[in-house]
Amino acid sequence: MRSRSYCEALNEALHQEMARDPSTFVYGLGVPDRMSVFGSLVGIRERFGPERCFDTPLCEDTMTGFGLGAAINGLRPIHVHIRVDFLLLAMNQLVNMVSTFSYSTGGRLKVPLVIRAVVGRGWGQGYQHSKSLHALFAHIPGLKVVLPTTPRDAKGVLIAAIRDDNPVIVIEHRWLYWATGEVPEEPYTVPLGEGQILRRGSDLTIVATSWMNVEALKAAEILQRAGVSVEVVDPRTIAPFDERLAVESVERTGHCLVADNDWTHCGFGAEVAARVSEQCFGRLKSPVTRLGFAPTPCPTVRVLENEFYPNAEDIVRAVEAKLGLAPSDLSGEDFYSHERRFTGPF
Amino acid sequence: MKDATVNPPSLGTRSLELYKTLYTIRRAEELIIQYYPENDMKTPMHMSMGQEAIPVGVCAALRDGDQVFASYRSHATFLAKGGATDRFFAELYGRQTGTVNGKAGSMHLADPAKGHMCSSAVVATGIPVAVGAAFAHKRRGTGRLACVFFGDGAADEGAFWESLNTACVMRLPVLFVCEDNGLAVQTPAHVRQGYASLTDIISRFKCHVAAQDTTDVEAIRQTAEGAIIRMRASGQPAFLSFTCYRYLEHVGVREDFHLGYRSRDDYEAWRQRDCLTLQRARLVDAGHGEEALRSLEQDIDERLQQDVARAKVAPPPGPEELFKGVFHEKP
Repeated sequence: MRSRSYCEALNEALHQEMARDPSTFVYGLGVPDRMSVFGSLVGIRERFGPERCFDTPLCEDTMTGFGLGAAINGLRPIHVHIRVDFLLLAMNQLVNMVSTFSYSTGGRLKVPLVIRAVVGRGWGQGYQHSKSLHALFAHIPGLKVVLPTTPRDAKGVLIAAIRDDNPVIVIEHRWLYWATGEVPEEPYTVPLGEGQILRRGSDLTIVATSWMNVEALKAAEILQRAGVSVEVVDPRTIAPFDERLAVESVERTGHCLVADNDWTHCGFGAEVAARVSEQCFGRLKSPVTRLGFAPTPCPTVRVLENEFYPNAEDIVRAVEAKLGLAPSDLSGEDFYSHERRFTGPF
Repeated sequence: MKDATVNPPSLGTRSLELYKTLYTIRRAEELIIQYYPENDMKTPMHMSMGQEAIPVGVCAALRDGDQVFASYRSHATFLAKGGATDRFFAELYGRQTGTVNGKAGSMHLADPAKGHMCSSAVVATGIPVAVGAAFAHKRRGTGRLACVFFGDGAADEGAFWESLNTACVMRLPVLFVCEDNGLAVQTPAHVRQGYASLTDIISRFKCHVAAQDTTDVEAIRQTAEGAIIRMRASGQPAFLSFTCYRYLEHVGVREDFHLGYRSRDDYEAWRQRDCLTLQRARLVDAGHGEEALRSLEQDIDERLQQDVARAKVAPPPGPEELFKGVFHEKP
């Protein structure tokens, strides 16, 4: 098994695709600086030159339209944002132009534009450096939205996004950058629109996005000790969303909990709950449960941040409530292992 | 330095071609005015009438492969860039035979094969896309340029300044063309602009700048040609601004002088220098016979009438068309 971190997997995908296809280029605020977007762009500028890896003026909206203009003219731009929050400055181009451009030509023009954006969390990221907003983007027809969780998916999804002839938003959680796992060396794609089962189980299905898969797997491990077998489904792509994997799982387990790395109100969790309820109505043994961010802006101070984010403990408690089990003793559990690696400031 | 135009035809032929294009656009819009009350063209019309010389003059300075990005006031740019009149009317009527099978209407006319890439209904929104297109042309060495049309209202938007700055700092072949009619819907410039002269400000950017108060299509073409020559020589973008007068209401096909935000006297003064009248007089002075001109105008009239007649009876798109093109469809 060849083990790599999520960050190294992203970096390898970019190296391989940029070497394979000279029409690709990567750009964005601070892209070529020494931080290399948390390491994901290490060696890219040195290898491919400043013409294919460059910094931009501080104008996210215009640089998004810029990507569109380049994409309809034979290039494959990869636009990088170190926080998803900055993408809000680009909503006009994203929603009015990028998402409609193919439609405006009857599908004749292709828009192979990749937008990478990183979700921040912890060490005081606060309410403007912590959003995911994937439901917001997924709401717009014409945009593809994908949230890779594992290092293997990070590489395969990014390669698939680069090769796709449509706009794809790749949302990367900052904490996942340190996750390690098997990553094949040769280039490969993880098809957009397909989910995967991260853990097999028979008593209850957790559908989770991004970082919440880590929390879901931790919860599943704890619950296993209490004799509860949890299946964890990672949809990976939420637009277009193929609900079959989640539906098939719930058909087997009869229980569904959605753990979304976003706010619950009008969120992706609501979409999953609706689809599962529509398709598994007679087979559901309990109503679909949703977990997500508290309905507040993300606070900066740690004690409130811990209240804001759902974690494995919240998942365990929610599952116990669904199944009518007594609360188990979680005092010995270690819930925030990844955060210890993150000592800021960014 | 090579001239922007390959094998320029004689001035007489070019003058006639410019007039034919101006006349086609004007007559097409007069037909829209005539048939719009029938309520079969259900699309918000932002009429080019009065401003036609700018897109016609500028597009005449472009090469075939150059690309145009337009605003919602796009009838003139679409037809000046070579868009077909039959597909134009079919699109306005919402027919299957339209440019995008009726899904675009007046505000989103596009024909990428002709280099008319898009028309956008949110002010200044097409400008960043033109900058990216110019980047691709520069990177790929196509020698093409991106030309973007917008009104003076677009200069109120951040996207305009972001795009201008980006094109200047990245040295991209973008031809910015401002159709300065002094109005954003009905709001005059002095309510919106905290500066005396837009071109003064832009002249401080690393950008070629020219401003003209003219309705002369040939003068506009020459200004655009000059700017393109300078762009190719320096590698810097260019910004052109032409004052003009919107004859009709912001959206719709009627006059709106009764609203009181502008006077009929102003209109009459501009009408005296109407771009068609000027160009037609130039042709007559150059020896083009009145009879020949009338015959040519009649030919255009008949063709446009046929386009309208065909569009009226063309089928609407089928329901399957709704889902077509949300994503790229491989041919």
